[in-house]
Amino acid sequence: MTKIYKGMKPTRRSFLTGAAASGVAMVSAKAANAEGDPAIINKQEWNQYLGEGVDARPYGMPSQFESHVRRQDVPWLTADPVSSVNFTPLHELDGIITPNGLCFERHHAGIAEVDPAEHRLMINGLVDRPLVFTMEDLMRFPRENHVYFLECAANTGMEWAGAQLNGCQFTHGMIHNVMYTGVPLRLLLQEAGVKTTGKWIMPEGADASGMTRSIPIEKALDDCLVAFKMNGEALRPEQGYPVRLVVPGWEGNMWIKWLRRIEVGDQPWHHREETSKYTDLLADGQARRFTWEMDAKSVITSPSPQAPITQGPGPLVITGVAWSGRGTIPRVDVTIDGGITWQQARMSGPSLNKSMHRFYLDVEWDGKPMLLQSRAHDSTGYVQPTKEQLRHVRGENSIYHNNSIQTWAVNEKGEAENVEIS
Amino acid sequence: MSKSPNGLYTVLGIAGIGVGIGVAVNSSNHQSDVIETAQATAQAAEDRAAAAQAAIADTQAAATDLINTLAAQPLSTGAPVAETAGFGLGRDALPVEIAAWDIDVRPDGAGLPAGSGDVWTGEEVFVEKCAMCHGDFGEAVGRWPVLAGGHNTLSDEDPVKTIGSYWPYLSTVYDYINRAMPFGMAQSLTNDEVYAITAYLLYVNDLVDDDFELSNENFLEVRLPNEPNFFMDDRATAEYPIFSVEPCMENCKDSVEITMHASVLDVTPEDENAAQEDATVVAAAAEPEVDLAAEGEALFRQCKSCHQVGDGAGNGVGPHLNGVVDRPIGSVDGFRYSNTLLDVGGEWSADVLGAFLADPRGAMPGTKMAFRGLRSQEEIDAIIAYLATFE
Repeated sequence: MTKIYKGMKPTRRSFLTGAAASGVAMVSAKAANAEGDPAIINKQEWNQYLGEGVDARPYGMPSQFESHVRRQDVPWLTADPVSSVNFTPLHELDGIITPNGLCFERHHAGIAEVDPAEHRLMINGLVDRPLVFTMEDLMRFPRENHVYFLECAANTGMEWAGAQLNGCQFTHGMIHNVMYTGVPLRLLLQEAGVKTTGKWIMPEGADASGMTRSIPIEKALDDCLVAFKMNGEALRPEQGYPVRLVVPGWEGNMWIKWLRRIEVGDQPWHHREETSKYTDLLADGQARRFTWEMDAKSVITSPSPQAPITQGPGPLVITGVAWSGRGTIPRVDVTIDGGITWQQARMSGPSLNKSMHRFYLDVEWDGKPMLLQSRAHDSTGYVQPTKEQLRHVRGENSIYHNNSIQTWAVNEKGEAENVEIS
Repeated sequence: MSKSPNGLYTVLGIAGIGVGIGVAVNSSNHQSDVIETAQATAQAAEDRAAAAQAAIADTQAAATDLINTLAAQPLSTGAPVAETAGFGLGRDALPVEIAAWDIDVRPDGAGLPAGSGDVWTGEEVFVEKCAMCHGDFGEAVGRWPVLAGGHNTLSDEDPVKTIGSYWPYLSTVYDYINRAMPFGMAQSLTNDEVYAITAYLLYVNDLVDDDFELSNENFLEVRLPNEPNFFMDDRATAEYPIFSVEPCMENCKDSVEITMHASVLDVTPEDENAAQEDATVVAAAAEPEVDLAAEGEALFRQCKSCHQVGDGAGNGVGPHLNGVVDRPIGSVDGFRYSNTLLDVGGEWSADVLGAFLADPRGAMPGTKMAFRGLRSQEEIDAIIAYLATFE
């Protein structure tokens, strides 16, 4: 690339004159030398030459300068990359919506590449009339739009015994928040006619893991959706294309992807993912089962280990996300001194039931070390517990459902680290 | 709607230009053949104009027809759908269709098919189809799930959660093996094989003797020891009252200390971008052939969970791949190959290897390699180039 120089460069004299005329210019121009800021003085390629036409990017992708923003896995976590998980880069995102291509992935048998023309959804079991639907059939039912978070029950699971991973992508990135378009499951069940003995449903996936979970009929008839769109477009293959179950506020494993069958029964099935996995082993060796709801939780996404402070002291935007499987998040508290003093953060953006919420705390950073924490309050009055409080009840062997308060230590250089504090 | 009128105007526009040129040429004083050509051109242009006008007339006639039709028939009223009456969508599921998909099994035995299998048969099948990940005795290879042992460890610092130590119901074992195992070859086992493997897993967990045979008849007689230690979610009483208290906002503690740093453990993955940039720099500095191998190294990541290469490489889920290019097929000591690879003969020439990598189960039906295949010849060439760098 050749740099194009045109026009007159400002002389040192003219720069000084200009700077003296405005105190503000003095501050904001501190990075520029006497020659002036090259970003202003020099013409850039994009100032002069034509860019690509409208036919160059039929499906648009982010700027080449954002290529570092991506899902990442933790290779040592799982035996292989097919039955594994990667993480949403929360530290790079803002607002409340997760872009489709950045939604974390968890597969048990890889990404099923399902042809929608060959996909069927069957409802059988304790129903008056076992039914088979094509995708076209599903599209003819009344549909709804809802924004919901989906959090894996194992999110933050590596942090039970102590601070492990340096980055909110890894500690908290098994979550995404998108708008779903889908048919209320209630309508499909009514179409088949659930018998009075039908107390549970068992959704099943079409992938090679044949994922199954048991869900009580009350939840199925309440707010579950059979969804085919996310953020306006078709589900991504890795999120269950062409159709998945949405189970608002409940652990992500239940949101069966590539949904092909729903059986109605009179008791739960106790399948692998609700016995061997996704049960909470307590310190005494006993285990909780059917811990479906995700409790209130929050995390500061910036500054954080992957998003250090790079601009030095001065105005600093502390931001993060909060959510609850039992309602909305009316309030988040933030501390910068490790919990001696707390301030209420400013909530910004829509406050939707069982959706992520965004919070900000705008501070004047003096360049001294900080111990950052956030604490979510949900609409039931529940307050996100500390790690100590949660360990006191659950021990350290639970793996799942760790919704405790996260601490980032920020040093005088602005670098952040995952720590635990007294 | 907007497309066709625009198209018509375009045709008309071109015809008009044609006529204009014809007239201009005609009025000049050139040689006769030029004039004839010009006249022919003018005639053609007039024909096109006539055709375009005819097309417009057709469209207008069609529009008039549509208007008349609409006027003759009442428009759809779009009456609201009555949800309570049902939508009449979908069709009845046939019994044969339900039977094909409804394979789930419950703790009360609902869904169990007729069949049986004993511990010794189970061991044979397990060693053949499961041990490459789970170990011969369910002790596991690498980070694959441990299936046996772990008794009385659930309240330890590092609990070992196995079928014998943790799983509450035997039906879960049958159901999961039947629907999802072997990994990459789901629903390929016979009912008797699933019963046999289940019996073997009971045996390696010291829950039955070696002469035990499991069947749908005696299935409910076997109970797993940890069944009583599960209880229903009690957070509503055990946690919510404690965690629903207005918290302290000021002077909440006297001092605060860091008690643990994540950097001490150092288990965070490296920045992939930085690693890739390094690789690009290396690749750029090297010969084109090394480029291909470097590309292959990146692609080989998807193979690494099963195959090892380089110094100290051993057999994992798959055989080690040192010197695999041109090595006799099915020849690594100590690896349990499928019968297909044992019997096929020949060597892993680049061609044979390439065909295998493109479609493993198509090229070698019966192979245990659970891999969908590579999508492009470029990727295949790159991986073979990478593998060829290991003697």
